[in-house]
Amino acid sequence: MDIEKADLLRLYHFLKLTRRFEDRITALYRQGRILGGVWTSNGMEAISVGYACALDKDDVIAPYFRDMGAYIVRGITVNRIMAQYFGKKTGVTGGREGNVHVGDINLGVLGYPSHLADNYPVAAGVALSFKIRGERRVAAACTGDGGTSRGDFHEAMNMASVWKVPVVFVCNNNQYAYSTPLSLQMAINNVAERALAYSIPAETVDGNDVIEVFLAMKRACERAREGNGPSFIECRTMRMHGHSEHDAAKYVPRELLEEWKKKDPVIRMENYLLSNNVASQKDLSDIDAGIMKEIAEAEEFAEKSPLPEGEDAVKGVYATPV
Amino acid sequence: MSEITYLQAIHDALDEEMSDNKDVFLMGEDIGYYGGAFRVTEGLYDKYGRWRVIDTPLSESGFTGAAIGASLMGMRPVIEMQFADFISCAFDQIVTVAAKNYFRWGGKTPIVVRSPFGGNVHGGAFHSQCPEGWFLNVPGLKIVAPSNPYDAKGLLKSSIRDDDPVLYFEHKFLYRRIKGDVPDEDYTVPIGKSRITREGKDLTVITYSAMVHVASEAAEILEGEGISTEIIDLRTLMPLDKDGILASVKKTNKVIILYETPRTGGIGGEIAALISEDVFDYLDGPIIRIGAKDTPVPYSPPMEECYLPNVDDVVVAARKLIAY
Repeated sequence: MDIEKADLLRLYHFLKLTRRFEDRITALYRQGRILGGVWTSNGMEAISVGYACALDKDDVIAPYFRDMGAYIVRGITVNRIMAQYFGKKTGVTGGREGNVHVGDINLGVLGYPSHLADNYPVAAGVALSFKIRGERRVAAACTGDGGTSRGDFHEAMNMASVWKVPVVFVCNNNQYAYSTPLSLQMAINNVAERALAYSIPAETVDGNDVIEVFLAMKRACERAREGNGPSFIECRTMRMHGHSEHDAAKYVPRELLEEWKKKDPVIRMENYLLSNNVASQKDLSDIDAGIMKEIAEAEEFAEKSPLPEGEDAVKGVYATPV
Repeated sequence: MSEITYLQAIHDALDEEMSDNKDVFLMGEDIGYYGGAFRVTEGLYDKYGRWRVIDTPLSESGFTGAAIGASLMGMRPVIEMQFADFISCAFDQIVTVAAKNYFRWGGKTPIVVRSPFGGNVHGGAFHSQCPEGWFLNVPGLKIVAPSNPYDAKGLLKSSIRDDDPVLYFEHKFLYRRIKGDVPDEDYTVPIGKSRITREGKDLTVITYSAMVHVASEAAEILEGEGISTEIIDLRTLMPLDKDGILASVKKTNKVIILYETPRTGGIGGEIAALISEDVFDYLDGPIIRIGAKDTPVPYSPPMEECYLPNVDDVVVAARKLIAY
């Protein structure tokens, strides 16, 4: 499968935007200027950017909490997300939720619940609705390696395979679930082996290579649209920050981090674009300048936005109030 | 008007809603070819096909999550917990995902969870529970529990058409034992409205589902003793019909709350508190709660009889309250 220049630049743009945006959120968190916790995808941006860029506009995603790239790719603006972090009325959920707990049905983004892998059966159900209605759309869900130990993961994989519905399950195998290493999480080496039990075709890809993730996702989507059912994509990567920004991750060997630092997905993509003459250093600098401006504007937007009214908390519990 | 069973009323509601709206579909264990453990969905598989009446793997959490996903796409899934007891397996999807989607990010989640519940059928600890109380502390859900065929059909139609997640508790004991007149034309029973099933002036029994029939039998006995009993069938447990409850208390001034879940932590405490807070001055006696015993549901008939609230419990409590 070939990849077009436009796709390459699009992938790079979102990779860099995600990195810069989350870095800024982390800085704001350290300054005590935003509320709650911060969980970033630092070092793993290629996964959410790669899978989201491979989808069509009408497809639906059920992301998880290290999928900032996917939120942005789908069109949830950095303004709205930044305001969400500030608990502002202009945030994606109007202050009802914080950080990455965003969702926008009009953009095909389902809200993420903290209970990991709960979004897997939900995505299978979205895909079921596509099958019942005869639509050529795809649903995608993502979770981490830890999430694949939960019952909902297994129930969803099983159901989706039995029903042959158009869903792609993505797994961000970043080797740690909070402080729990893969070896204490499962007795297998590759998460993808879990898919075998459900007769779901699985691939293990380099999660730090955005092109590889993108192409694997394209293949899985094509398969789904042809009516051939679900796929599973394990993206191998490394979590470069703590579980959240308050976690120094002392349980991770430093040499492991040093090793993975060399595989940084953003730098790798920059090198690829330069060495293949897809973009010049100036092109990349221009992209970066645009991104920095966008983020600064988002911060200003969030700062200036009003907080919601306290009473808004009791509104909107029911779609049809009684 | 036709006289049909409670079970037939549920079946007919499903059939009519599926026929009227192609977005309505069913999911659950053994509901398709087999027609359901209680035969509620019998015939629907043949009529609507395997993608409208879907036999699922044994995965309550999974298919509840799948129903949520489909509902977010604008479909109207109705899922069946073969026995309400198994809803515990789907608790997380109902409480974490379905109940909070709309509030958190505006995702409309119109699923209906049909759950055959209740005792008096010698089903033991895993086939007789009344789990509705587990969900009363979860904003975002609606909970209904009809006592008769008219309400069973009308409430199920309302539940399917409602934009929120609705837990629909249907009582197994009533399935083939209770018959009633149901209009031939389309109608609904509104969610959130109770009904006075028997007018009275001396005391009010607030109850729902199978216990409505227990209350009715008790009221007959009490009538013979010159005690006039009003019975409120709640029909909806969440949101509660506060106005209906308070109006009756103001009228009779004495209250018994009768429910089939274990007494402690059940809906009775909530209603008692509501009454105390809002119409305390109208009370002429203590609010009495009659619930099941605080024990897992036992199997053997004498033990299950002891566990469940019965007619005698209500009669004795009423006499005590009248004499107060």
